[in-house]
Amino acid sequence: MAETTSLVRPGPIARFGTVISDIMARPSGAIGLTLVFGHLMLALFGPFIVPYDYTEMDANFMLSKPSAAHWLGADHLGRDTLSRTLLGGREAILVTGIATPLAVIWGGLVGIFFGLVSGRLDEILMRVVDAFLSLPWILKMLVLIVTFGSGTEVLIPTLAFFYGIPVIRIARAATHDVVARDFVQAARARGHSRATIIQRELLPNVRDALLVEGAMRWSWMLLAFSSLSFLGFGVSPPTPDWGLMIADARGFMSFSPMGVLAPMVCLSSLIIGINLTADALAKALGIDRAQKAPV
Amino acid sequence: MRQIDIKTRNVIAIDGLSIGFRSRSGAMVPVLRNISLSVREGESIGLVGESGSGKSTLALAMMGYLKTGLMVMEGSASFDDIEMFTQTRGSLETIRGGRLALIPQNSGQSLTPTLRIGAQIAEALRLHSSLPKEAHDARVTELLSQVRLPDPVSISRRYPHELSGGQQQRVAIAMALAGEPEALLLDEPTTGLDVTTQAHILELLRDLARDTGMAMVYVSHDLGAIARVCDRVIVMYAGEVVLEGSAHKVLREPGHPYARGLLASIPKLKDTHLPRALDGRPPAPGYAGTGCSFVDRCTIASDQCRDVHPDLIQGTDPGSAKSRCHHVNQVDRIPLVGQRAVRQRDLPAATSLELDDLAISYARVTFLDKLARRESQATATVDGITITLRKGETLGLVGESGSGKSTILKSVAGLLPPVRGTVGAADESALPPRVEDRNASQLRQIQMIFQNPDESLNPRQTVAQILAQPLKLYFGLSGQELNARSTQLLEQVRLGGHYLDRLPSQLSGGEKQRVAVARAFAAQPDLVLCDEITSALDVSVQAAVLELLDDLRRENNTSYVFVSHDLAVVRVLSDRVAVLYQGRLCEIGRTKDVYGDPSHPYTKVLLGAVLEPDPDFAPTLVTNDAVELSPPRTGCPFQRRCPKRTGDICDSVAPPRRDFADGHTIWCHLENL
Repeated sequence: MAETTSLVRPGPIARFGTVISDIMARPSGAIGLTLVFGHLMLALFGPFIVPYDYTEMDANFMLSKPSAAHWLGADHLGRDTLSRTLLGGREAILVTGIATPLAVIWGGLVGIFFGLVSGRLDEILMRVVDAFLSLPWILKMLVLIVTFGSGTEVLIPTLAFFYGIPVIRIARAATHDVVARDFVQAARARGHSRATIIQRELLPNVRDALLVEGAMRWSWMLLAFSSLSFLGFGVSPPTPDWGLMIADARGFMSFSPMGVLAPMVCLSSLIIGINLTADALAKALGIDRAQKAPV
Repeated sequence: MRQIDIKTRNVIAIDGLSIGFRSRSGAMVPVLRNISLSVREGESIGLVGESGSGKSTLALAMMGYLKTGLMVMEGSASFDDIEMFTQTRGSLETIRGGRLALIPQNSGQSLTPTLRIGAQIAEALRLHSSLPKEAHDARVTELLSQVRLPDPVSISRRYPHELSGGQQQRVAIAMALAGEPEALLLDEPTTGLDVTTQAHILELLRDLARDTGMAMVYVSHDLGAIARVCDRVIVMYAGEVVLEGSAHKVLREPGHPYARGLLASIPKLKDTHLPRALDGRPPAPGYAGTGCSFVDRCTIASDQCRDVHPDLIQGTDPGSAKSRCHHVNQVDRIPLVGQRAVRQRDLPAATSLELDDLAISYARVTFLDKLARRESQATATVDGITITLRKGETLGLVGESGSGKSTILKSVAGLLPPVRGTVGAADESALPPRVEDRNASQLRQIQMIFQNPDESLNPRQTVAQILAQPLKLYFGLSGQELNARSTQLLEQVRLGGHYLDRLPSQLSGGEKQRVAVARAFAAQPDLVLCDEITSALDVSVQAAVLELLDDLRRENNTSYVFVSHDLAVVRVLSDRVAVLYQGRLCEIGRTKDVYGDPSHPYTKVLLGAVLEPDPDFAPTLVTNDAVELSPPRTGCPFQRRCPKRTGDICDSVAPPRRDFADGHTIWCHLENL
């Protein structure tokens, strides 16, 4: 029966395809996804396409203007700005790319648990979360990094930890909405265990909110990572990194602006791309409130 | 019958109107097809149909309003010869709310929560009347008393949340009257209100129509309400008018198969038969068949119906209705009443549920109470509920909203532990109060079906996953066995195995509720708790679900506790009925005793307010429709509204339990019941 098959639930791949095509159907989504995809490709294949090695110094071109040999000029050590800019996102994308899922998973699970148990424990712990969020993020992070060092093995868990805390709030709020619905009551009345209720009833309904939250967290985390690099606590030289490059080049900004502009444009375009994609994703998944509002 | 002078001028005229939306493939999908109708001055017409029939879209089109995505394909809608769809926004705004007013379904939500009632009505006066500002206060009071709100001055100083649902509805009507409208559109104005409140609002609307001479368009799925207020009734199906005529003609001798089916599917208080369900479901929007849109569900359809689209034709007799049917003279073959009598059974002595002096409270023990080691001061929401249910028996719980019906069910299911008393099941005198403390067999025995299947089915799970949950949990089924049992369950609820892969969003409302029923029966329960399970469904679907529940209890000898605010629905299914007011029992007994000769004053009030789809039927209104928010501390729970109050004894002493024959028990001080 052709009619019946069309009603069969689409598989995960088909659903993924639908969501992607829905995002691409919106102008902002198409721009955002293209930007993000471009940056990811660059991070993957950058080393094969850059004209120079990122450590290669040429004293003749120190702080030079854009030229045929160095399209975007060179920095204060005579290194090619274009090559370093193209490679400058790899470390940031790698670190935040691992830390973001970690943050969403731990924050999400804790948030769902809080949302489900409610009551006194939830009240107390949420105030702790509030207290944590009221401190400036950079202060908390610097304390940890200064204590444990600024290697990738410290940065990833640190970022994952701090960026998981706001996720708790989102996951808890989303869970509160779902818990109040009758199908969770029905599962409780049948006598399912708490783990089953989380896994079967809550997670699938909170997942979309977490996906969008994850995308937003990613862009924040990129910004944080670059800020840390800028302050000298992120990537260590000579590894190219946008934050670090901006910090190095900002002294020469007046006569060699490309050294600051190029990494800035790259960082901004990635963050804008992620934000646009997150918005379009929220609309595609139907959790965007403004769009769902009646009339 | 109301005697009003119906003039010939058309207030609202719809001519050949089709409204549709553009589908993803770019084609226009009509939701209203070629509608022509007119509303004369002072006339009230009813638009009847089930969800998706386009009745609300039509009512909004009368105001020149289209929901986002809809557009006019052809035709026109005019008000007082003003073509609405060509008006500018500015001129529409002067007509809407002033000369043409709308009262929406949930008016509590359409009132601004931060403004006092008086200010909101004054705002309507400022916009839509020529009264000087100084006269506004007096007019507000006048309007509030016109909609019969007690103490209008104090009401005008209140905020919307300080009023009950019925009072909010009255305020909405007062606001609509502020502009002295020539026509009033009412979109399901009493849906969601209690029976007594609904009856009072309908009486008010009748009187207003008579006194002010406004035209009214009353949109509802409830034929009982339509019968009470409308002169003329228009029945809609799949975006078309299928029957149009006087209320008497349409409701007494409906000349269209759909209208007959609809009438037959309504449970009636006087009829003990199960209502007759309409098979099948309406065609999807944009149905483009060549024949009659009702052909697939029609029992008298012929080849002609399949091929030729019928026109809306007036019958030959004077005063007869217009019907869109090829076989108007054969519609009599479709019966108007149910056929299947609910079986009278001999019940075994075994019990399946025993509630002993149950008391439930939502009040939390406050910190101060704890410090002082005293008991909470709040009066329990539900108190003194003692009910025994035999195996295979169905108990109906009736009462208005806030009577504690659902609260009792939650307590039985263990979702809301009682503060006092016990819940006993078949072989256990006292179940653990909390669901988390019950063991698998105790859990399996009691299953619950919820009001709205959209809420009770996880939108992310397929039907197979939904049914697998109880089957895995209680019986540990998996693989082929699980699949076979799921299919069997679906067949039991008259669905098929091909539904297994569908998501709830791919099912109709009735199908969803069947899946919810199948999930409850998957546990092979002794007792099923039904919480308003048909109130979110269309009447024709409701009839089918009632039939299904009756079948299932015959097959499985299951007991039901059936909660509903619809007294006619409770009547057809229940062996015994318990009437609750403010969480206290008023009366309990065999259905025929309670309904046949209502004794408790509250039972009389409730039954008197029930409407029938009959234009000559008038409800008996004996008391006001004030809504109480909490039970009185002492005495009879019904003391403040009772029409037969005997005196101080009602306020101070809890009414005595008085037992009559056949387990009929009444709690009342009255000597002569």
